[in-house]
Amino acid sequence: MEFPAELKYSKEHEWVRLEGDVAVIGITEFAQDELGDIVYVEQPKVGDEVRQNSQFGVVESVKTVSDLYSPVSGEVVEVNDDVTSSPEHINKDPYGAGWIIKVKVSDTAELDSLLSAADYKEMIGQ
Amino acid sequence: MTQAHNALNKTPLYDVHKQLNARLIEFGGWLMPVQYSGIIEEHKAVRNAAGLFDLSHMGEIEVSGHQALQFLQYVTTNDVSKLVEWQAHYTFMLYPDGGIVDDLIVYRQPDKYLLVVNASNIQKDLLWLKETQTLKGFDLTIRDRSWATGLISIQGPKALEILQPHVNIDLNEINYYHFTQGQVGDAPGLIARTGYTGEDGFELFVNRVYTEKVWNLIMEAGKDQGLLPVGLGARDTLRLEAKMALYGNDIDAGTNPLDAGLAWAVKLDKGDFCGKRSLLPVKQAGPKRKLVGFEVKDKAIARHGYPVAKDGQMVGKVTSGAPSPTLGKNIGLAYVPADMSAVGTELDVIIRDKTYKIEVVKTPFYTRPGKAKKAPEKN
Repeated sequence: MEFPAELKYSKEHEWVRLEGDVAVIGITEFAQDELGDIVYVEQPKVGDEVRQNSQFGVVESVKTVSDLYSPVSGEVVEVNDDVTSSPEHINKDPYGAGWIIKVKVSDTAELDSLLSAADYKEMIGQ
Repeated sequence: MTQAHNALNKTPLYDVHKQLNARLIEFGGWLMPVQYSGIIEEHKAVRNAAGLFDLSHMGEIEVSGHQALQFLQYVTTNDVSKLVEWQAHYTFMLYPDGGIVDDLIVYRQPDKYLLVVNASNIQKDLLWLKETQTLKGFDLTIRDRSWATGLISIQGPKALEILQPHVNIDLNEINYYHFTQGQVGDAPGLIARTGYTGEDGFELFVNRVYTEKVWNLIMEAGKDQGLLPVGLGARDTLRLEAKMALYGNDIDAGTNPLDAGLAWAVKLDKGDFCGKRSLLPVKQAGPKRKLVGFEVKDKAIARHGYPVAKDGQMVGKVTSGAPSPTLGKNIGLAYVPADMSAVGTELDVIIRDKTYKIEVVKTPFYTRPGKAKKAPEKN
């Protein structure tokens, strides 16, 4: 399994890629593998406020429902409509086409509380 | 997780599942594969080619003795006197109030009856059978053969063709819901034309020690014909499409077979049986609520326990729900008031505090091509 070193990770299995002051957020390869075939994603709307460690959406596989937690606080500036119509992108390309939302980060210091790739791998026992 | 798993029962195929990289979960006290390659892929393999299931967790209980027939007539709802040797039927055990102890299949052998019951209910069923025996003074023997019995099921349009070269009997001679004694490879056992997927297929009861050998033989035989190992995840979506009830979801101690639309397995005219007196008024007045199939008119998935509403009032509950890989729609089953159970009725389902439209639809959701209309099936 891959956990790109340039990303930050949350204990709830989300990843963050900072592009300027915008955080791109998705779920990790480990998370998508645990869930299995993803068939439904419920996202916030552009303009919604999300808070760090709070629920911002839901991802469902055939068998289970799983809450999505935001790794950072801020305003949602974009949602990935492609994963709404084709949730399998999250299984096939969790760090690329499978990104879920983009958030304008209100406090970049929050990123310091997130895990590095190495720490995340240790947490999940990889 | 590993620690908790130590306390769980393992089927004789546990090592095989590990080798196949199956995702294992707790199910009814057993550590079982929920998926191998993926639920959707496994589901489609069964619909289009074939799938192999480890069902060794299910319970096998033998009832024998000169009062076995009388006893089963009292403790189950279907008419056991109608079974010829080597025939099987779907049936229920009921509590006196009509609630369901378990749903099961009774197989008639020349010298005994084999009861195949749900894994999570084995101990409860054994107690219920023995209590009823004692209470009513039946002279018979009840033996739990669950641990000693391995059960493998091959289901799908290619099941017969994959299995045939490896058995010593002509599979075409076994009719639906019939079975026979035979050999799979060099393993003796029972070969039954039963299943829980809506496809044609066979269930193979062999001694625990032969289970791995039989599994490997069939996997090898079917690998070029699209046979895949299938876990409990796809088993659930397959049975849901075929509208076969799942104990603990659609039926339980708080539901009766008439509400569940399974009256065909309850023979109220066969003489007395446990639960009959409670079902008679339900039969006369008609069930107040019914288990219906529905489609969600949206991308959302309605799952077990979600409320069903009409005009803002709670009217029922979802008992099973999933995306249907065959239909590409989100489907489910729910108990709703009888006057809201007609096909075409529009209702709401509440998913995470939001309201989504559902429509009552005809069931089963899926019928295999070329299948003649006959009594519903269930394992």
